[in-house]
Amino acid sequence: MDSNTPGGNAPNHFDNVACPFCGILCDDLEIGPTADGLKVLKNGCVKSVAGFERAFKEPKPQINGKDVSLSEAVAEAARLVKAAQLPLFGGLGTDVDGVRAVMSIADQAGGVVDHALSEGQYRNFRVLQTGGWVMTTLTEARNRADLFIVLGSDIQKIHPRFFERIVCNERSMFSDTPPKRTVVFLGEGLDQSEVKGSRIGEIVTLPAKGERLREILVAMRALAKGVPVQGDTIGELPRADVEDLVKRCSAASYGVMVWAPPSLAFPDADLTVQAAAEYIKDINLTSRFAGLSLGGNEGAVSAGAVCAWQSGYPLRVSFASGKPDYDTERYATANLLANKETDLVIWLASYTPDLAPPTTDVPMILLSTPALKPAKTPAVYIPIGTPGIEHDGLIVRCDNVVSLPLRKLRQSQLPRAADVLAQIQAAL
Amino acid sequence: MLIKLTGGKVYDPANGVDGVVRDIYIQNGRIVTPEPGAKVSSEYALNGKVVMAGGIDPHSHIGGGKVTIARMLMPEDHLGNEVERTALTRSGCGHAIPSTLTAGYRYAEMGYTAAFEPAMLPANARQAHMEMGDTPMIDKGAFVMLGSDDFFLRQLSGKADFSAMKDYIAWTMHAAQAIAVKVVNPGGISAFKFNQRQLNLDEKHVHYGVTPRDIIVNLARGLTELGVVHPLHIHGCNLGVPGGVETTLETIRGANGLPMHLTHIQFHSYDTEGDMKFSSGAARIADAVNANKNVSIDIGQVMFGQTCTASGDSMRQFVNTRSADPKKWVVMDIECDAGCGVVPFKYRDKSFVNALQWAIGLELFLMVNDPWRIFLTTDHPNGGPFTCYPHLIRLLMDKTFRQDVMKTINQDALKYSALATLDREYSLYEIAIMTRAGPAKSLGLKDRGHLAAGASADITVYDDNPDREAMFATPELVFKNGDLIVRNGKIIKVVNGATHVARPSYDKGIEKSLKQYFDDFHTVRMENFRLSDDEIINHGQGEVIVQPTGARTA
Ligand code: SF4
Ligand SMILES: [Zn+2]
Repeated sequence: MDSNTPGGNAPNHFDNVACPFCGILCDDLEIGPTADGLKVLKNGCVKSVAGFERAFKEPKPQINGKDVSLSEAVAEAARLVKAAQLPLFGGLGTDVDGVRAVMSIADQAGGVVDHALSEGQYRNFRVLQTGGWVMTTLTEARNRADLFIVLGSDIQKIHPRFFERIVCNERSMFSDTPPKRTVVFLGEGLDQSEVKGSRIGEIVTLPAKGERLREILVAMRALAKGVPVQGDTIGELPRADVEDLVKRCSAASYGVMVWAPPSLAFPDADLTVQAAAEYIKDINLTSRFAGLSLGGNEGAVSAGAVCAWQSGYPLRVSFASGKPDYDTERYATANLLANKETDLVIWLASYTPDLAPPTTDVPMILLSTPALKPAKTPAVYIPIGTPGIEHDGLIVRCDNVVSLPLRKLRQSQLPRAADVLAQIQAAL
Repeated sequence: MLIKLTGGKVYDPANGVDGVVRDIYIQNGRIVTPEPGAKVSSEYALNGKVVMAGGIDPHSHIGGGKVTIARMLMPEDHLGNEVERTALTRSGCGHAIPSTLTAGYRYAEMGYTAAFEPAMLPANARQAHMEMGDTPMIDKGAFVMLGSDDFFLRQLSGKADFSAMKDYIAWTMHAAQAIAVKVVNPGGISAFKFNQRQLNLDEKHVHYGVTPRDIIVNLARGLTELGVVHPLHIHGCNLGVPGGVETTLETIRGANGLPMHLTHIQFHSYDTEGDMKFSSGAARIADAVNANKNVSIDIGQVMFGQTCTASGDSMRQFVNTRSADPKKWVVMDIECDAGCGVVPFKYRDKSFVNALQWAIGLELFLMVNDPWRIFLTTDHPNGGPFTCYPHLIRLLMDKTFRQDVMKTINQDALKYSALATLDREYSLYEIAIMTRAGPAKSLGLKDRGHLAAGASADITVYDDNPDREAMFATPELVFKNGDLIVRNGKIIKVVNGATHVARPSYDKGIEKSLKQYFDDFHTVRMENFRLSDDEIINHGQGEVIVQPTGARTA
């Protein structure tokens, strides 16, 4: 509710604000004004505070570092896009309308679309495309799970309020006195500090190395099936601990294995996700269990979803031939740059300064929040608003089911990425 | 600007017009009766052509999370089925699960001007509308799923005041921007999360203690009393189960005269005779439908070939994963609200089971007498893609063709079906009922599906080709809101289409309990759960049309 709504709050005071600064999209924030910006009054976290409370700036667009008008910048951007052989629409830190605009201009200009955090998302997509899985969503896990297994992911770092909202919640739909939950940390150096409170029963720590997780999951699946597994240790964990975990999984009334794909930063991490997925499928033959994938920061889930429903493929699509051409290796951002296949990068980063463009000699059009300071002066720079601060928007949550409305919280001249891209496309 | 369509043979069942040669006038997007002497600014000579309202697909999974999961799951559905961009249209791809833009183009090129997404989860409604918003050319609308959501089940099990249950149903329709309500495996999606593996019509849900029958009857009665035109859209218990025919018959009996729509009834018409313990129950179902005027159905015809099934029925889809082809699939539990299962499937004409499924669908089409209560669907993409409709129409209209196809399929299957004995051939009038007038009436689209003055000028003109497949695959002209959008089966103008909703009234007091409920248990606030009109209108790209609802009783 904003100030204009009857029964609302003081001017510029917002309730039920959705936060776009990580993929779990908390929408219970309370945000109020300060003299020169916004303040998170309730339900913030270190990321949302950094995002909502950053200094308000409205720099001018630039061509080669010199201030110009928006229309001059748009005209120059259009000239570059038109001249490019294979423009890469990368970064893609934007909302649903922003991705729609990217899809439209990439289709016309014969470009490639990929998100900056696709590498993490592809740890999941590859599994989806080869075997599939049984998955759950945030509200389901929050109310139903009696066992959480955190798979090699430092969730606290990526999603600071995940444990608070999904694991430590005191109330549950299904009981006034919900049973205590077991939380297993399967992985090394995972922050457990926020797993606390009356709902938490046991916390089990199994400090497995990331590269050994797959082996452990494969063994767990075999053990559950009664297939003999050799050795006193499994993936460097004591065998008894692994056997104990298998028992917990089979005994859970609703177990949830959680991972954040960006955390699984070791080679062939998709095979680890696959091992988890196949084990979870097996458990479901007799009892209930599900995976829960987090991640999806910087609008990554929206980019994957919109690209999939419009082109059939979740990113890494080229429109150079006039039709969607899908190649998860060739059209990955890093490979396009390394192989010098792209001759122009249009980089979109409207949420945080963390989504810095790659260092490259390829000319760049940068559409970003003013908070982002590129290492190198781009050919064209157009500062854009952040969805959920400077303009309204829609965004898809990490579980790929729920989407939320993002709201304009302050007046700003900063344009929407979608509008800038549409102007560039109109000028092609 | 007055447009005249001159001399076509008009099939407009809503107004009792059966192949009568007459002129149709269009002005400002509507069909009109022109003032005497009004100047015609453009005229189309349609002598010998067949004129119908634009096609309306009342059950097609075109938008929403599970469809996009299917798109992501199945790159092989898209490879080789890419569509090139043109000066007018965007690129896209897909055979069974086309990309949104491609789906819109294909519907229009087939003479359809509306399609309805039948399984919108409240928790996923926003995405469903985003995808429908990216489906151009046609009008859209969606049925919101209830009956496995915790709030309704706790109302039912707590014996809540019936009026509060109706408020909740109506509130959900508003919040999700729906035109109707669907129930999928009533209570079963929830029961599966509690590790129940089946839930028969009179079996109790382990947690809520209610049965599918309770859920169906309360939702059906609620919708009737709310004045919602489309009756409860029921995907019953025991989908795909041999013997499921008994459940379906009992569901019809249990309705006690309450209006209900049984969807993709083909999948719920299996009997257990013969060596394979799998036979057709179509005749029994058709008798029941013929005898119970409160019941309407759509078929969910199976068509041979590769597809990818996408259903809200996580419980049954988990079982179906054993037959996944290729071997990959997704099952999801969703937000204490619903679920989904996405399982690729290949229907083979030489397979006993698949051939019998095909025959059962056709039997139902041919044995149900009243075309106003039976709609032509493949449950896209579950029985096959909607692009099969012209082929399906030919199977229904052309007995010789049907018999030729029957020779090519598994012959044992035909022994357990009465298809070979059925001589009926559908007329163009009946096809127009089943694909336009009937769905429009059932969904309460007052100005769609017919050609009287005042109707939206959604009109399709076909060549009267005796090869009905060719005829329905490539209409000569398609008008949407009076704009000529397709000529000879090719798009010549791109338009957006509107979203149809229904808004039964509810007591705002329900939001007090809902607000508390969302705050306590959900990860989305009630205020953000609701979709605004602006989200659909989206800077002028969409439009919301509120279709009339009858008066609420009690
Ligand atoms: S956890 Fe993520 S979504 Fe929630 S407030 Fe923090 S940054 Fe925002
Ligand atoms: Zn369906």
